[in-house]
Amino acid sequence: MTRLFLPADAFALALGAEAVAAALQAALPGLELVRTGSRGMAWLEPMLEVATPDGRVAYGPVRAADIPALVAAGLAQGGAHPLRLGAPEALPWLARQTRLTFTRCGVVDPASLPDYAAHGGLAGLRAALALPPAEIIEAVTASGLRGRGGAGFPTGIKWRTVAAETAPRKFIVANADEGDSGTFADRMLMEGDPFSLIEGMAIAGLAVGAAHGYVYIRSEYPHAIARMRAAVLAARAGGLLGPDLLGSGRGFDLEIRVGAGAYVCGEETALLESIEGTRGQVRAKPPLPAIKGLFGCPTVVNNVITLASVPFILANGAAAYAAHGFGRSRGTMAVQLAGNVKHGGLVEVPFGVTLGELVLEYGGGTASGRPVKAVQVGGPLGAYFPPALFDTPFDYEAFAARDGLIGHAGIVVFDDTADMLAQARFAFAFCAEESCGKCTPCRIGSTRGVEVMDRIAAGDNVAANTALIHDLCETLKFGSLCALGGFTPYPVLSALQHFPQDFPQETQP
Amino acid sequence: MLAAEQLRVVEAAIAAHRGTEGAALPILHHIQSALGFVPQAVLPVVAEALNRSRAELHGVASFYHDFRDAPAGRHLVQLCQAEACQAMGVRQVTRESEQRLGLALGETSPDGALTLEAVYCLGLCACAPAALVDGAPLGRVDAAALAAAVGR
Repeated sequence: MTRLFLPADAFALALGAEAVAAALQAALPGLELVRTGSRGMAWLEPMLEVATPDGRVAYGPVRAADIPALVAAGLAQGGAHPLRLGAPEALPWLARQTRLTFTRCGVVDPASLPDYAAHGGLAGLRAALALPPAEIIEAVTASGLRGRGGAGFPTGIKWRTVAAETAPRKFIVANADEGDSGTFADRMLMEGDPFSLIEGMAIAGLAVGAAHGYVYIRSEYPHAIARMRAAVLAARAGGLLGPDLLGSGRGFDLEIRVGAGAYVCGEETALLESIEGTRGQVRAKPPLPAIKGLFGCPTVVNNVITLASVPFILANGAAAYAAHGFGRSRGTMAVQLAGNVKHGGLVEVPFGVTLGELVLEYGGGTASGRPVKAVQVGGPLGAYFPPALFDTPFDYEAFAARDGLIGHAGIVVFDDTADMLAQARFAFAFCAEESCGKCTPCRIGSTRGVEVMDRIAAGDNVAANTALIHDLCETLKFGSLCALGGFTPYPVLSALQHFPQDFPQETQP
Repeated sequence: MLAAEQLRVVEAAIAAHRGTEGAALPILHHIQSALGFVPQAVLPVVAEALNRSRAELHGVASFYHDFRDAPAGRHLVQLCQAEACQAMGVRQVTRESEQRLGLALGETSPDGALTLEAVYCLGLCACAPAALVDGAPLGRVDAAALAAAVGR
């Protein structure tokens, strides 16, 4: 029987995968169609794969209207056709990557726990069940894994802090409130390999002594929510969750919580407030969530990719993970290429690759074919870098040294039609729209920033108003409770610094 | 005043989350998914069930962009306005869509047929500009594609 693989990832759905599926069912009655996640080559979606005796053969981008011709060309046997790409894993874009965390994404059936186990899943949890908690934490610490949500805090140290607390209840919280524009790694992973996140959370639970977890997913990700809910049920049925993990007699369970359209809930303390059922307002730290987190209990809050990287580390050893990387940034990073980019998608590579390699070699430059003017790295709170900084290695410290941040590793590419004053203004406007209102610099400063930027755009007292922007950014940076207000200066100041030609200069009266 | 059907929905939502810690958002989502919005009049009922004040529940419902206090149009177009979509011309697409659909971002047409609203990131940033139309994702959209998706 013909076995075909077609992503049900949101990229593929947004580009017509459901119509392709319907055309396939009509043209090849009785075929087995596995709905996978995406391998991350968005420009080739929907990418259809067929199992042949020599391995999988890919075709893409496939439209519903292409199906009759593809079937006539011998799709079921991997026959020749202009859309035929050959073996997907041999495509240069994928072959150059180092897929540790995303190794199964786009390959396996995300609804099937047996398929997950057949592709290396559950080995990390099995290893963890054989270790005392301190050794699990030691492995994570030795791997050098740092938080992939943006802050880059060492995961092992966070876990050790929670493990050291004595409390009747502790929690594991997966932050799946991936609100940064230009990022979709969490979404892809949840849609394409949801059990790896669940396995990572179960390992975290064993390590710190937590029996319950939450995955907080933003409401803008309806397909990821549905996938994760189904995966939780399958995991309970298969012993990956519940009172008896893989027959060990030890338990861990989790529930899915859905956000409600508040960007600030990606901040860990606002996220905890939201799970508790209150306004998603940021808490002052200390106390750290590791000491006093969800419902007042010690809580591990980790990003989806952080947790999903843990099974590899436990299964293959800390050294196998730490062998990759650059400086203090160990392992791989799931970089996301987005915006005006020719070859957008997910690039998992060791830290240390340069920004230019990512944008120009993987990305292939802009989609519009015009020159790259700027890239924003790290979401709406990340700096705009010009091509002159393309030699910057992808590394937490190297970006910080150039007044930028890698954040959750989204890279949004802009061509030379971008207006950087408009982008700087947007940074303030977004902060104003999404501010939780708790601290004054963010709540009021963001609105004042929009107003001052409008005065600069109008050519009104440019020098004085530009000085005021610098002053305001100083206040935001040092006076805000969280990264929303604290990092809004990054896009604003980097636009001013690197693209002065987009800002009016002082004119003599 | 709550209609009888609305009250049934609210009671079902509360019952469904009786064992849930921090149940406010799950209950409000449940209500919105059944009724299409969260009527102001449900908040005292939910507040009482959760042993919290009306003011607190009002604070929660009004904090989150998702919860509507009036129904959306029969078709809902959510057009991403964030940076990756900006880089692919969503500002222009928004202007053209507003013109073509005859309503501004954030508005519902007077006949209740259509709501057009902003959303900030759908995770479709490598096929921008992106939109959700009645919950279905659309990539590389323009005004014509959006209009076609809602039968205009």
